[in-house]
Amino acid sequence: MTAVEWQIVGFTVWVAALSTVMILPFGLALAWALARANWPGKSLVETLITLPLVMPPVAVGLILLEVFGRRGALGGLLHDRLNLDVIFTWRAVLLALSVMSAPLLIRSARVAFEEVNPRLEQIARTLGAGGWRVFFTITVPLAARGIVGGMLLAFARALGEFGATIMVVGYMPGKTATISLAIYENVQIGEDARAYRLLAVSVVLAFIAVWGSEFFLRRKKTA
Amino acid sequence: MSLRLKNISLPLADFVLEVDVEMHGRVTAVFGPSGAGKTSLLDLIAGLRVARSAFIQLDGSVLTDTAKKFSRATHRRGIGYVPQDLALFPHLSVRQNLFYGRKAREADGPSVSFEHVLKVLEIEPLISRGVTELSGGEKQRVALARALLASPRLLLLDEPLASLDVPLREKIIPYLGRVRDEFQIPMLCVTHDRFVALTLADEIVVLMGGKIMQTGPVSDVFNFPANAEVARFVGVETLQPGRITGVNEGLATVTINRVTLTALAPATPADAVFICIRGEDVVLQRDVAVSSVRNRLPARIIAIRPEGALFRVELDAGFTLFALVTRPACDELGLREGDSITALIKTPAIHLVPR
Repeated sequence: MTAVEWQIVGFTVWVAALSTVMILPFGLALAWALARANWPGKSLVETLITLPLVMPPVAVGLILLEVFGRRGALGGLLHDRLNLDVIFTWRAVLLALSVMSAPLLIRSARVAFEEVNPRLEQIARTLGAGGWRVFFTITVPLAARGIVGGMLLAFARALGEFGATIMVVGYMPGKTATISLAIYENVQIGEDARAYRLLAVSVVLAFIAVWGSEFFLRRKKTA
Repeated sequence: MSLRLKNISLPLADFVLEVDVEMHGRVTAVFGPSGAGKTSLLDLIAGLRVARSAFIQLDGSVLTDTAKKFSRATHRRGIGYVPQDLALFPHLSVRQNLFYGRKAREADGPSVSFEHVLKVLEIEPLISRGVTELSGGEKQRVALARALLASPRLLLLDEPLASLDVPLREKIIPYLGRVRDEFQIPMLCVTHDRFVALTLADEIVVLMGGKIMQTGPVSDVFNFPANAEVARFVGVETLQPGRITGVNEGLATVTINRVTLTALAPATPADAVFICIRGEDVVLQRDVAVSSVRNRLPARIIAIRPEGALFRVELDAGFTLFALVTRPACDELGLREGDSITALIKTPAIHLVPR
C-alpha cells in the first residue's frame, strides 16, 4: 500500500464516520418521531427517507448537484450568505454519504424504538422524569443495540458509496477521493494492482462493519 | 386524601368509561372484572391518557381540567404508579431503579426515607442485583419501593397480585399492609381480587363496563351490594330472583319459587327483587329447635365441595341455597350428600336488591 492509498483509505473512513455521526441526532429524532407519534405527513416522510435506498445513486447525486450547486436553492444560499461551496469539495462527499446512508440508521433505530415497551417510559415519567430524561435514560439505552447496529450499517453503506459521490465531486486525488472512486478510477487507467489493493481493504472494512452490525442487531433480538 | 374525578368520559374499545366519584379512603380499591376500564382510569389520573372530558383534582390541586384545556404533565403530578407488569427498568440495577425517582426530586427533599422503605419492604439484600435476577415477589417489592421513594402524594397500584401465584400472593399482602400502615401515602388500588379489596381497602369503588356501580365502605359493598351484578361479582353465594308479596313494619315477605322468606324491606320500594344471601350467614342444623331465626328452611344436601378452609354446601331448599361451613362443623353434623337438614337464615342476613 502506498502513502496515497493509505490517504484514500484514511479519508474514506474519516468521512464515512463523520457522516454517520452527523446523521445521528437528526436520524434518532426522526426515528423516534416515526416510532412513537402519529402526525400528518408521516407516511410521506417515511417514503421520502426510503427513496435513497431504492433510487439509482447517481440520480440522488444529480438531485444533490441541483440543490447544492451554486445555482441550486440551498447551494446558492450557502455561497451567498456564508461564502461556502459544497459541490466539488469534501463537504459534498460528506453530504452524499449522509444522504445515502441515513435511511439505514433511521430504519434500524425506528425498529429499536418500537421495541421499547412504552410502559417503561410512562412509568419513568410518573417517577418525575421529563421528556429528555426519559429519552436518554430509558429509551436510548434500551434501543442502544438497534441504534449501534444501524450506525454500523450506515457506516458500511457510506464506506462503499459511489454513484452519488461521483456526481457531486468527481475524482480528485488527495481531496475527495474515496476508496470506491479510487477503485473505479484506477481500473479506468489500467492501474489494476492499486485497484485490487483498495478492493481488499474495502472488503475487510465492509466485513467488519457488517459483522459488527449483525452482532448488535442479532443480540438485540435474542436479548 | 381527597380525589375528585368529575365528568370523566373516555371512549374505549367496547364502551365509554364514564366516572363521577370522590374518594376519601386511605386505601381505596377500584374493584371490578377484567376489561372494566380500571387501568384506563389509573392512566387518566397519572396523566398518561387524554380523556374526551375530565376534571381530576387531588387534595385541592387540579391535575386535569379539559374544560379549561389544562393538564398537568405526568412528571409534575407527584403520583406514584406500580403497573401490573411492574415496569422495572431492565437495563438498570435494583439500586438504580430505586434511585430513579428519588434523583428527580432532590430539590424538594424526599419525605420518604430510603432506609425506612428498604426496611419495610426487606429490600436490603436485593439492592446490588440486576432486576432480571429477581423473583416475582422481589420484583413486586422493588417496584413498590421505587414508587414510594419518589414521595408521591398518591400511590396507584394496578392489580398488585395479578402476576403472582398463590403462595407469593400470600407473601406480598403483608408488605402491602405494611406500606399502608407505615407511610402516610394514600393508595388507589385496582383489583378484581376480593381478597385484596377486603384485606387492604377501607373504601371501595365498584367499576363494571366503564360505569361505577357502587361506592362505599368495603363491608357495606360486600354485605349490601347495590344490584345483582355487584352481588355476583363480590361473590354473594346465593342470588335468586324473588318477589315481595308484602311489607309490614319494615319487614318484607318475599317468595322465591314457593318458599316464603322474611327479610328487611329494601330502601327502594320494588316488587321484583334479587335475594342475596351470603354463604357464611346460612346456619345448618339437624334438630329444629325454637330460636329467634325467622327463616327456617327444610332442605336437602345436593353437594359438598371444599373451598379453602371451608366447605361449600349446596342445598335444595325449594331454591338453590349455598352455605359455607367449617370442616369440624361438617364432621359434627355428619353432613352427607342427600341428607335432609334445616337451613336457618336470620332476617337481616337476607339482602334484597331491585331487579
